[in-house]
Amino acid sequence: MSETPDAPRAPEEEPPVVTPVRVVIALCLIAPFVAMLWVGSYAKIDPTFIGIPFFYWYQMLWVLISTALTMTAYTLWNRDQRARKAARQSARKTQNGGASA
Amino acid sequence: MKDGVNGVALAVFIFFFVAVTVMGFLASRWRRSDNEQTLDEWGLGGRSFGTWVTWFLLGGDLYTAYTFVAVPAAIYAAGAAGFFAVPYTILVYPLIFTFLPRLWSVSHKHGYVTTSDFVRGRFGSKGLSLAVAVTGILATMPYIALQLVGIQAVLDVMGVGGGEDTNWFVKDLPLLIAFGVLAAYTYSSGLRAPALIAFVKDTLIYIVIAVAIIYIPIKLGGFDEIFAKAGEAYNQTNPATGAPRGALAPGEAGQWTYATLALGSALALFMYPHSITATLSSRSREVIRRNTTILPLYSLMLGLLALLGFMAIAAGIKVENGQLAIPQLFETMFPDWFAGVAFAAIGIGALVPAAIMSIAAANLFTRNIYKDFIKPDATPAQETKVSKLVSLLVKVGALAFVLTMDKTVAINFQLLGGIWILQTFPALVGGLFTRWFHRWALLGGWAVGMLYGTVAAYGVASPTQKHFGGSSKEIPGIGEIGYIGLTAFVLNVVVTVVLTFVLRAVNAPDGIDETSAEDYTADAGDKGVQVELPPATAGAGH
Repeated sequence: MSETPDAPRAPEEEPPVVTPVRVVIALCLIAPFVAMLWVGSYAKIDPTFIGIPFFYWYQMLWVLISTALTMTAYTLWNRDQRARKAARQSARKTQNGGASA
Repeated sequence: MKDGVNGVALAVFIFFFVAVTVMGFLASRWRRSDNEQTLDEWGLGGRSFGTWVTWFLLGGDLYTAYTFVAVPAAIYAAGAAGFFAVPYTILVYPLIFTFLPRLWSVSHKHGYVTTSDFVRGRFGSKGLSLAVAVTGILATMPYIALQLVGIQAVLDVMGVGGGEDTNWFVKDLPLLIAFGVLAAYTYSSGLRAPALIAFVKDTLIYIVIAVAIIYIPIKLGGFDEIFAKAGEAYNQTNPATGAPRGALAPGEAGQWTYATLALGSALALFMYPHSITATLSSRSREVIRRNTTILPLYSLMLGLLALLGFMAIAAGIKVENGQLAIPQLFETMFPDWFAGVAFAAIGIGALVPAAIMSIAAANLFTRNIYKDFIKPDATPAQETKVSKLVSLLVKVGALAFVLTMDKTVAINFQLLGGIWILQTFPALVGGLFTRWFHRWALLGGWAVGMLYGTVAAYGVASPTQKHFGGSSKEIPGIGEIGYIGLTAFVLNVVVTVVLTFVLRAVNAPDGIDETSAEDYTADAGDKGVQVELPPATAGAGH
C-alpha cells in the first residue's frame, strides 16, 4: 500500500477491543438469532391477535424488534468509532507536539 | 382463468410496462459521468448511489417477483412451513451489518467489482476465485429463469398465456417481448435502469400489499374467518402423502427444518452476486450500514404478503399450480383495473432483479473468467463490451431454460443454487475477517460442500418428484430434518479448518495478500478511496 501507516501508536491510548458498549452492540445483533432460531418458543396458535395466530404475528413483531435493535447497534457503533477516532487524533497530536518541542 | 383475456387488467399492465420501458432507456442519462465505457459505470452505476437509491435497488433485487409468487404459494400449499421467509429476512440484516461494510471498503480501495475479485486479491488464488465466480454464475442463471416463471404466472392469469393447444410461438410471444425489452435497456443503460425502475416497482408493490391486506380480509370476513378456514383446509388429508396438507404452526418435527432453512437462507442471500452488485454500487460505507436499519421494512411487507396465501385458501381459490394462487386471488378479489396494477407490480418486480442478476453474472464472467483466463490485457472498454454481451447471453440462456424445460427444472436448479452459493461463504466472509484459512483448504471445503449438497438434494424424493423433491433432509449425526445447504456449509467449514491445519503444518505455499488491515475499514473520503473510481482496472493491475 502506498499509504504510510499512522505514527506509531502508544498502546495505552487505544481503548480495549472489548468494551461494555461493544458487548451491547453484539447482544443487539445476536438477539434476533436466538429468538428466531428457537422455533419451539413461538410455534403455537394462541394467543391470537385480531384473528392472526401467535406464530405469525410474533415473527412479524420481531421484524420491528430486530429493526430497533439494529438501529441501536448502528448508533452505538457510530458513536464508538467517532470516539476512537477522536482519541487517536488527540494522541497523535500530543505525540507530534512532543516531537517538535 | 381460462375464460379469455381480461382486457382492462391487460391494458393497465401494458401501460405500466411501457412506462418502465421508457424509463429504462432514459436511465442511461441519469447521473451520467464522463467515463461511460467502464465496468464501474455500466455494471455498478458509477458506484454513486446514496441511501435511498440503494434501498430501492437492494429491495428490488432481493424481493423478487418470484418471491412474491412463491412465498404465498408455499403458505397456500403447506401452511406454517412457508413462513420461514420472514425469520430468514430478519436474520439477514444483523448478519450483513457485520461484514458488508468491510467488503465495501476493501472493494473500493482495490477497485473490486465482484466477490471473486476480492477472493483473488485476498488469497492470491485464481483457482479459488474461479470457483467462486462459477458458483455465482451457476446459482444466478436459474434465479433469472424463475423471474420469467413469475411473469408467466401473471400472463397466464390474465389469459394471454394461451391454452395448451395454442401454437408455442403465440403462447410465448408476450414473454419474448417482455424479455426483449428488458435485454435492450439493460444493454444500453446498465445498472442505472433497474435502479430507476425499482422506484416504480416498489411503489406499486407497497400500494398493492396495503390494499390487499385491508381490502381482502374485509371481503372475507376478517382474519378469524380466514385462519379458521385455512386451518380446516390444512387438516384435510393429502391423498398423495396420506398426511395432513399442512399446519398453522409447525409441529415438533418441523422446527429444525424451519430454523435451519431460515439460517441457511440468511447466510446465503448476500453471497449471491446480484446482492453484492447492488451493495457495491452504493456511495459509502455508511450507506450500507444505514440500509441494514431500513431494509427490514421489506420483511414486514413479505410477512403481510405471505398472509395472502391463507386468504387464497379462505377465498376458495383452487389451482393445480400453486404459483398461480396469488395472481388468481388478485383477479378474483380485485376490480379489473386494480388487478392490472397488481399484475404490473409482479411483472415489473420480475424485470428489476432479472436485470441486476444478469449484470452481476456478466460482471463475474468478464472479470474473473474473461480477464483472468482469456484476455488478461483487456481494456476497460473491452471489459464493458464483453459484460454487455454476456448479460444478453445470460438472459437468452434463462429464456431458453424456461421455454424448453419444465418449470420444475428451474425451481430445482434454484434450490440447488441456494445450496451452492452458500458454499462460497467461508472464502468470502471468512476472508473479510481473517487470513488464517489456507486458499487450498477453502477450495477443498468448497468442493466437499458442493458435492454433498448436490448429492443430498438429488436424493430427496417427494410425492410428485423422484429427485430434488425438496431442500431438507436428515442431518447426519443429529437425526433431525434440516436444510441441506446448512449441513453442506457446516461440512465445508469443518473440511476447511482441518485442511488449513494440515496445509499450514506442511508449509504449503500461501498466496499473496494484496490487501492490508486498514483497507477493511476505509471509508469514502479516506486516502486512496475514491467515490467515483477510475477505470475498473485498479484491482487488476496488481
